[in-house]
Amino acid sequence: MESVLIFKAIFILVVFGITLLTATYSTLAERKVAGFLQDRLGPDRAGPYGLLQPLADAVKMFFKEEFIPSSANKWLFIAGPSLAMLTALMTSAVVPFGDSIIWDGQEFKLQGMEINIGILYVFGIVSLGVYGIMVGGWASNNKFSLLGAIRAASQNISYELAMGLSIIAIMMMTGSLDLNAVVKGQAGFHGMAWNVFYQPLACIIFIVCAFAECNRTPFDLPECETELVGGYHTEYSSMKLGLYLFSEYTNMFVSSAVISILFFGGYNFPGQDLLPFSHNVITIIGAAVFFGKILFFIFFFMWVRWTLPRFRYDQLMGLGWKSLLPLAIVNVMITGAVILLTGK
Amino acid sequence: MQLSNRSKKMVVKPMTLKERMYLPAIAAGLGITIKHFFRKKPTIRYPEVKREFSPVFRGLHVLKRDDLGRERCTACGLCAVACPAEAITMISAERKKGEEGLYREEKYAEVYEINMLRCIFCGLCEHACPKAAIYLQPDVMAPAFYSREEVIYGKDRLVENADKRANAGLDRVNGVRKLS
Repeated sequence: MESVLIFKAIFILVVFGITLLTATYSTLAERKVAGFLQDRLGPDRAGPYGLLQPLADAVKMFFKEEFIPSSANKWLFIAGPSLAMLTALMTSAVVPFGDSIIWDGQEFKLQGMEINIGILYVFGIVSLGVYGIMVGGWASNNKFSLLGAIRAASQNISYELAMGLSIIAIMMMTGSLDLNAVVKGQAGFHGMAWNVFYQPLACIIFIVCAFAECNRTPFDLPECETELVGGYHTEYSSMKLGLYLFSEYTNMFVSSAVISILFFGGYNFPGQDLLPFSHNVITIIGAAVFFGKILFFIFFFMWVRWTLPRFRYDQLMGLGWKSLLPLAIVNVMITGAVILLTGK
Repeated sequence: MQLSNRSKKMVVKPMTLKERMYLPAIAAGLGITIKHFFRKKPTIRYPEVKREFSPVFRGLHVLKRDDLGRERCTACGLCAVACPAEAITMISAERKKGEEGLYREEKYAEVYEINMLRCIFCGLCEHACPKAAIYLQPDVMAPAFYSREEVIYGKDRLVENADKRANAGLDRVNGVRKLS
């Protein structure tokens, strides 16, 4: 029991570090990908291939003036970015990064928190995530910030519905709210029984909603610089702004992980039961594959950002309420009917 | 009024189901952007890689010496007259006895100044010069300036070093450069 606790403590620290590291380097990757997609090179001055750029950015952020507007609500103004960062980091606790390591006859699961309501937990935290933006935008006492915050709130609420409904189909198939069980359920066909093949519609809906929840283009209305100056973080400077931007990348990491788990097999990889390796080696390969999937989806987030223009606000709401929500409900009904007819 | 036969009548049709789904168009767009991702970038990483100059490039001026190391300039002022930006000023002086090794003609420029902020590097001075004295180097650029005093180039920085002649490449015929 004690060894499990020690393992969990170390594992949580490692996951925390990896999450932060990935988010840090996502900022560089974003600029690199943006550059490459636009026939440029992106930042390459700081270190080889610009690899020290995130460090330089962090130093810059720390040395900027910490400014709080006189009319702002001071406590909430500070609480906003902290909340955003906190909620962004909390989700990775339930993400199963791999199967399990068997050491000395004891099984260690590569998951921070083994709870059987993982999906519910993720949803709870994701819906809390909007508070960081909401509180920050409201506390700034600035019309543009408030508008951005209101947009963020209504957008998140609208897309959470469709997101939740798209997952219900997955839960009906798996029969469990446990993320680990969802991954295990996709292990068939030599690790290729991914939910995306059974639930393509739910997958598309979920990915679209994930973009909206992360406030990424084409749904980046809360912070669109053309109409709202900077949206909810207009008044922020220094590391508080840094935390907001950082939480966005952390959210991207976590959403990519959740997308991979729910629809793309998590740590399953093709041919995993055919390899003549021990359980532990398979687990480590699986974890690496899972990270590959996460990195691909982070790249996909950026790829889409530099491909699509922003939606208009009424288009955004129309898409959420009139298209995605009915489609998700239809998907749930079809899944239910199929389960009823085939009896499994 | 019909001006040409090229005008196109626009018809706004209601969007088809395929268009309203957005997804096919999004996939096509993603395909286009990923093609750019792998394309060779035209960027030249400047301080490490320098762009190749064209042979007719007109860079920083130099006041040439002749083969015996004497200054060619005779301070006739034709360059200053030709200069559209009025960047060139000069004061002439008479060659004294014993200075024949320094100046080729009996008259020479005691002061010769080019204001590099005014200069537009058009090369008309080079074109106007009857003694082939002023020359815009094809391989040296005017540097960046940090103060206004640096901007005015006097003879100390314009006249070429006697033992380190500037890259002549002087394949000029009657003062006109040719593409080599």
